[in-house]
Amino acid sequence: MSKTNEVLDQVIIKFAGDSGDGMQLTGTQFTNTAALFGNDLSTFPDFPAEIRAPQGTVAGVSGYQLHFGSVNIFTPGDKCDVLVAMNAAALKVNLKNLKDTGTIIANSDGFDPKNLRLAKYPDGQNPIEDGSLEKYNLIVIDVTKMTRAALVDSGLGTKEIDRAKNMFVLGFLYWMYNRSLDNSIKFLEEKFGKKQAILDANIKVLKAGYHYGDTTETFRTRYTVQPAKMKPGVYRNIMGNQATAIGLVAAAQKAGVDIFFGTYPITPASDILHELSKYKSFGIKTFQAEDEIAAVCASIGASFGGSLGVTSSSGPGIALKGEAMGLATMLEIPLVVINVQRGGPSTGLPTKTEQSDLMQALYGRNGEAPIPVISSSSPADCFNAIYESCRIAIEYMTPVIFLSDGYIANGAEPWQFPTADQLKEFKVKYATEKNEEHFLPYKRDEKLARPWAIPGTKGLEHRIGGLEKQHETGNISYDNENHQFMVKMREAKVEKVADSIPLQQLDSGPEKGKLLVVGWGSTYGAIKTACQMVRSEGYDVAHAHLTYLKPFPKNFGEMLFKYDKVLMPEMNMGQLSRVVRDKFMIPAISLNKVMGIPFSATEIKEKVVELMK
Amino acid sequence: MEATATTPTPLFTSKDLVTDQDIRWCPGCGDYSILKQVQTVIPELGLPREQIVFISGIGCSSRFPYYMETYGMHSIHGRATAIASGLKAARKDLSVWIVTGDGDSMSIGGNHFIHLLRRNFNVNVLLFNNQIYGLTKGQYSPTSEAGKVTKSTPFGSIDHPFNPAALAMGADGTFVARSMDRDPVHLKEMLRQAAMHKGTSFLEIYQNCNVFNDGAFEVFTEKASKKQEALFVEHGKPLVFGQNGELGIKLDGFKPVIVNHAEKGISTNDLWIHDMYDRVKSGILARFFDNPANEGHFPRPFGIFYKEERSCYEDDLLQQVEAVISSKGKGDLNKLLRGNEVWEIQ
Ligand SMILES: Cc1ncc(C[n+]2csc(CCOP(=O)(O)OP(=O)(O)O)c2C)c(N)n1
Ligand code: SF4
Ligand SMILES: [Mg+2]
Repeated sequence: MSKTNEVLDQVIIKFAGDSGDGMQLTGTQFTNTAALFGNDLSTFPDFPAEIRAPQGTVAGVSGYQLHFGSVNIFTPGDKCDVLVAMNAAALKVNLKNLKDTGTIIANSDGFDPKNLRLAKYPDGQNPIEDGSLEKYNLIVIDVTKMTRAALVDSGLGTKEIDRAKNMFVLGFLYWMYNRSLDNSIKFLEEKFGKKQAILDANIKVLKAGYHYGDTTETFRTRYTVQPAKMKPGVYRNIMGNQATAIGLVAAAQKAGVDIFFGTYPITPASDILHELSKYKSFGIKTFQAEDEIAAVCASIGASFGGSLGVTSSSGPGIALKGEAMGLATMLEIPLVVINVQRGGPSTGLPTKTEQSDLMQALYGRNGEAPIPVISSSSPADCFNAIYESCRIAIEYMTPVIFLSDGYIANGAEPWQFPTADQLKEFKVKYATEKNEEHFLPYKRDEKLARPWAIPGTKGLEHRIGGLEKQHETGNISYDNENHQFMVKMREAKVEKVADSIPLQQLDSGPEKGKLLVVGWGSTYGAIKTACQMVRSEGYDVAHAHLTYLKPFPKNFGEMLFKYDKVLMPEMNMGQLSRVVRDKFMIPAISLNKVMGIPFSATEIKEKVVELMK
Repeated sequence: MEATATTPTPLFTSKDLVTDQDIRWCPGCGDYSILKQVQTVIPELGLPREQIVFISGIGCSSRFPYYMETYGMHSIHGRATAIASGLKAARKDLSVWIVTGDGDSMSIGGNHFIHLLRRNFNVNVLLFNNQIYGLTKGQYSPTSEAGKVTKSTPFGSIDHPFNPAALAMGADGTFVARSMDRDPVHLKEMLRQAAMHKGTSFLEIYQNCNVFNDGAFEVFTEKASKKQEALFVEHGKPLVFGQNGELGIKLDGFKPVIVNHAEKGISTNDLWIHDMYDRVKSGILARFFDNPANEGHFPRPFGIFYKEERSCYEDDLLQQVEAVISSKGKGDLNKLLRGNEVWEIQ
């Protein structure tokens, strides 16, 4: 029977299964193949919080969502077109996020009585058999059986054979979407190169999955998603934490400074440490400290010695670093503090995403302790944002907070990466000579930054500390006039950073009008997509996305006043909108979601339409 | 005591280490003496002044860096050890000194303290132990003796105290020593030895806080009782003390016993001969921590209890970086930016 081919402009696939089913790998493989093919894409993995959550249960479901297309893609997508459910629990967790017209690829072996019981389906009820999934396009495959059949002669044990199950699914999807197997075969060769039997088995199952689609009568339709029209150039795929790590290395190389990275493991920030610790050949020093306090303090010590101290964590760890960040503010020493935000408060939702540490970043220290705050809006944007954070820290002699979040950190997208010489120039300058007869460690330049005089420099011996210091001399001072003067000086210095950052641009929409949607951080893709949707319905809405949260770009206030209304979607209870209301006295409207998951474009669109009407 | 190797030529004098800041310690505070001995010993090390860095936490003692005309940082409570770790990791060329109090290092900074020792950064820790919180005006500290009556323990402390030297041994410190503010000669020698040791040198200094805990160490420091109560140990020498050196310590298996060797006609060679490289025996020695008020108590030891050569964190860190560079070559930023897999959009 002949097979038909349908052309689609975008597809959202959710790979879901038990933690042990290899869905992250399956998803990544499909993603890489799609990227190499030239699709635009965005991905989001979704892990269980427990490493070894009980097998087969709802808590143990691990997912990976991929959105790819021939059009521009800005988010991992809202509801999916295809749900791969390796077991009953995976179906149970993800069914609500499947479009009504969606396809389910279910592994029937994962719907045996035991799995159904573990997923807590009522006795005797099996969704893939009882017709309850009628409205969907349900494809049931006994993946386990097919995999075992393909490998009868492999000489491998059942356990090893079953581990190749995910390759069958991958092969089948490659068939469905007209993709070549080459990239994944190459990957398998690199991964199992030395274990010939396992390599052969995986390739065989991958091909078996592909051929299954080809030869089985039931499947008649294949889909094609053409390459996207993206800006011409060379691309790679990148995850947020990876981009952060690479951005640090790039900043260090360009500035001519050593990076000292002091940290303590925490989800979802640890991958920055894992990544950076591989880059010893760039002279990067990584230090896994005994706790977050030691991590930030060691970084401050390294900065005192002339390295750029960088420390990373998530909310709970940032709380521990608070006192030392105040010290860095007082010392006026470069320091980059990375917060990959997660659901809070307390331990909260470690593997879920949120933007609820903005207030902590802006105000979470004792005393008047202003620190510049920079955020990134997408996985690839982490590169730019961390690079800027390093530049500001060094040029202004200040700690800088860089805000990412779990969504960006683990999400991936294509990146038209720069070359080294395309990066903004900045160079470290240490003080080498006395600035007065007696060296003044707090004498400032036109940026209000003090000199970075590092130990080992003859004649510049000086003491710094956390006690209030006298203007210019840095000597301890309890003088009341001086304290107020210094408080204002530190604030003025941070405000001066605005001289060195670009003016706020609109991402899209008219320069004045009815509604401006203002976002920051990882809501970028959802807001952008929502605005596109709204515009296609005939409403002219504008979108501005902030990178610099302290100080704001100089024209930001002015921009806000050009619209009748300002809407601010945030994955918190309205933190930035509170700051905006306070600073610009406008009735900013907040749209909040604090569910551990990102906004869908539709949610934002609905609010925008309501306000535009 | 180990002889100082070749004495280097000082590049500056003690006077050059005095800053223009008024010293704010109470008159009579033991910190003055420690400052003076440190200012005497530092020039003898023959290092350029700009190579020397003092890092402190918070406490009376932690004001120290402001009085030393070197590089310095007066940081936050308990964290000097962590800050110094980062500084030394970044700059192994510097001579780094940590000044800390008993609250600063044993209480709020206890965690960093033990981790510093196990990593064995080549730095020097001077613990000014006055067995009290001085700066906050007189609460008991983790080294205060049980039963201590202070502002926060009007009915006596029920906390069991830390013995910092034993703690340092437990944390695998590679140089563990004790001295006192009132014995400048001994203190200077301990400072020299600490400076010369490669690895984390931990020197506990009994320091009198004449305002909130006056006389805490009197029995060890005052002439009348010092010989009886303080046991000055030296590598290769027998453990001898007493008004006329008539008492000694013998090891009965692992159990130390006090003997009157003079009376019993025991040769001092048959007493416990201190071997500072012997981890087991040094551990026993460091644990001599009896309350001098108790019947049959052991004297309190002073001197270098333990010394070991072990690689330093900052050396290993640098070595790893260099090993990677020599096997893989220096990192190429363009390659890193490009990653392993790219595709081109025409
Ligand atoms: C985070 C923090 N907690 C508490 C204090 C208050 N504080 C300052 S010094 C100190 C104790 C000092 O005792 P010690 O370390 O023994 O130093 P000393 O003053 O005796 O030399 C305390 C509790 C502080 N400065 N910071
Ligand atoms: S309070 Fe005690 S330790 Fe502090 S300066 Fe006065 S005497 Fe010294
Ligand atoms: Mg004290």
